[in-house]
Amino acid sequence: MAFGFKGGIHPDDKKSFTERRTIEEMPAPKQVILPMSMHIGAPCSPLVKVGDRVLLGQKIAEAASPVSAPVHASVSGTVVAVEPRPHPNGTKVMSVVIENDFEDEKFLTTAYEETRFADISATALADICYNAGIVGLGGAAFPTKIKIESAVDKVDTLIINGAECEPYITSDNRLMIEHGEEVLDGASLVMRSLGLKTVHIGIESNKKEAIGRIKKYAESMPHVKIHVLHTKYPQGSEKHLIKAVTGREVPPGQLPSAVGVINTNVATCVAISRAVRYGTPLTTKVVTVSGSAIANPKNLLVRIGTPISEVIECAGGLKADPYKVIFGGPMMGVAQHTIDVPIIKGTNAILAFCEKEDKIDEAQTCIHCGKCVGVCPMNLEPLYLNMYAKRNMFEELEQNRLFDCIECGCCSYICPGRIHLVHTFRTAKARYNEMKKGAK
Amino acid sequence: MELGRKLMVSSSPHIKTEDGTRSIMLDVIIALVFPLIMAVYMFGWRSLTLTLTSVAASIAFEWLYRRLLKKPSTIHDLSAVVTGMLLAFNLPVSAPLWIPVVGAFFAIVIVKQLYGGIGKNFMNPALAARAFLISWPGLISFWTRPLVNSGMTLFGNVTRESVAVDAIASATPLAKMKLGILPSVVSQQFDGDVAYTLQDTFFGNIPGCIGEVSALVLLAALVYLLIRKVITYHIPVAYIGTVAVLTFLFPLGGNDPFIWMLYSISTGGLMLGAVFMATDYTTSPVTPLGRIVYGIGCGLITVLIRYFGSYSEGVSYSILIMNLLVWTLDKFIKPRRFGVKKEAKKAGGK
Repeated sequence: MAFGFKGGIHPDDKKSFTERRTIEEMPAPKQVILPMSMHIGAPCSPLVKVGDRVLLGQKIAEAASPVSAPVHASVSGTVVAVEPRPHPNGTKVMSVVIENDFEDEKFLTTAYEETRFADISATALADICYNAGIVGLGGAAFPTKIKIESAVDKVDTLIINGAECEPYITSDNRLMIEHGEEVLDGASLVMRSLGLKTVHIGIESNKKEAIGRIKKYAESMPHVKIHVLHTKYPQGSEKHLIKAVTGREVPPGQLPSAVGVINTNVATCVAISRAVRYGTPLTTKVVTVSGSAIANPKNLLVRIGTPISEVIECAGGLKADPYKVIFGGPMMGVAQHTIDVPIIKGTNAILAFCEKEDKIDEAQTCIHCGKCVGVCPMNLEPLYLNMYAKRNMFEELEQNRLFDCIECGCCSYICPGRIHLVHTFRTAKARYNEMKKGAK
Repeated sequence: MELGRKLMVSSSPHIKTEDGTRSIMLDVIIALVFPLIMAVYMFGWRSLTLTLTSVAASIAFEWLYRRLLKKPSTIHDLSAVVTGMLLAFNLPVSAPLWIPVVGAFFAIVIVKQLYGGIGKNFMNPALAARAFLISWPGLISFWTRPLVNSGMTLFGNVTRESVAVDAIASATPLAKMKLGILPSVVSQQFDGDVAYTLQDTFFGNIPGCIGEVSALVLLAALVYLLIRKVITYHIPVAYIGTVAVLTFLFPLGGNDPFIWMLYSISTGGLMLGAVFMATDYTTSPVTPLGRIVYGIGCGLITVLIRYFGSYSEGVSYSILIMNLLVWTLDKFIKPRRFGVKKEAKKAGGK
């Protein structure tokens, strides 16, 4: 705990519902919906058409752009539709729908030669990650290929993100407990490919079992260094994890490589290990299903493309009609308007809440308490940004660094005046960008 | 799977802390009960009458004003209760009961509501009201001694004639200190003067406003507010620290610097001001450094008024003066942004 970072909040972590529940493999659904956009970057174009038979692990979509990641079939079966379908981001996105034949007939893939693991090159690893459709599984879904390529000769530190600071979510925690070896294997591959000597892994102190497991594996891997981090949100934010582990601060608008760091999530490491060792593309995801409306909260291994209605069913269904269904954690997750959306690559949790947990109904009044300033991990002053945003004072917003805001939600969480600060900032950013566009 | 109702879609975050404005104010009220109990112990039940009158008047004016202007009622946020208690704590037990009512009108209507209500006022309402009430100096600076049966009634007016002679305090410790005399020394300059030891000043066995006398109890309230995370340590520590350093460096009357400093921080309204008044959210800065500068400013002005002003107490005016600088302090003292170096900020500043 050498460095840490300023600000942050300590919400009730609510992980006890699922943290001791072994990852359970959910039976494959009748249909999977695979959106062409499950990553940051250009959307893919389908390589298949209605009526085509596809195999499990077959590449079904790819983009011409370099910043992208192909999509693979997560079941074997027949393509029944190629059409826009509801996407977790709230819009409709072109998707390939596959009817499962329950054969799980695998597409033949080749594993990387084991003798070459020790001196795997960054280019080779980047290509494997690309062909396996791997993206950052912590949530941002940035193509791993690009991440590795842009790190070559620029970074001196590799940090594995096992912080998992969002309340309720335990999928990374379970991966570290049950697949710790694969986490460290994937991390070691990235390390070797970049010519680094150490794997730093950061885990929040509330994950005692995971820390114990990783420590045990690390006994035989002297290059693994474990950092037990304060349990504090947003410890898993890329910039704040880097600050906590190395003391370095990534300048606003820049990537971790600017301070010589490459960051990878534990789930991404598992995917990398499997892609290298077995040639397995990314077709499954560990998802925590939890929240007050879920009958039997669980950690499920789910085929990518499974509609969340079926995932919820697999977790015992709903106890009551939910008030809200969220993709991701309660702090940064996206509220859904339908449960017909599929699990995508970056999904780490599905939360369903019965009653209002966000208490937005009180009169919204800023009492100038400064609590938002105290918790802002970017050291901004949300109360003044809010004041400027309400009045469209764009120059002041710029000076006060509105665009440094990572939308972590700490200010909205802590505000005793119940002001929806982050929401104001999102809309202000959009208005600012529109204004800039209009000015051009 | 079919859902029985439409799903709520809103911007993240989807959870919020339990602590709202009301619960924070409730914590402040709990902390204010510490000195209230002490006030009743020291000055009798009339302290409670004064406080309840002040609180009732504050709530009534807040409710009435918002009702007349057809604005939503805000009395449930409990901030009017806090203002009412603080206003009463700034009065001597001998004050007539209409004094807190007039004070509450000024605090709630003029200082707070005319500017838009909670969070909008630029001066601490209770302190501004106290400054206004000094228009009746005779009525709010008639001091009686604690733990002495003064014969005051709960509601009646108090005059020098109606009070038991031995209950009248000829001078507050601060009035003596103004002349460079330690409170522990019986002065010939004041008729019937008595000595107040350090134990007396810390415990609260001294004449003064009902809520300000016990440094000990106010420090306990400070600890409560810090534990409950209602306030940060910056303002009280900077404020009391500055007064301590300045009085230690410049003791009056050739007194021992350490003893002088201890008397200086344990008398007058310093503790009440530093714990409850200077930390008022609306009228204090939001950044840690801003709060420290603000606290130092309060301490500096307090000592300057005590030493060079013709008024023996400087706490309320020092805080009111610093209240006026809060916007400026917030504007110029900003936290160092994450990932931005100081030099880069200067070079890149627009």
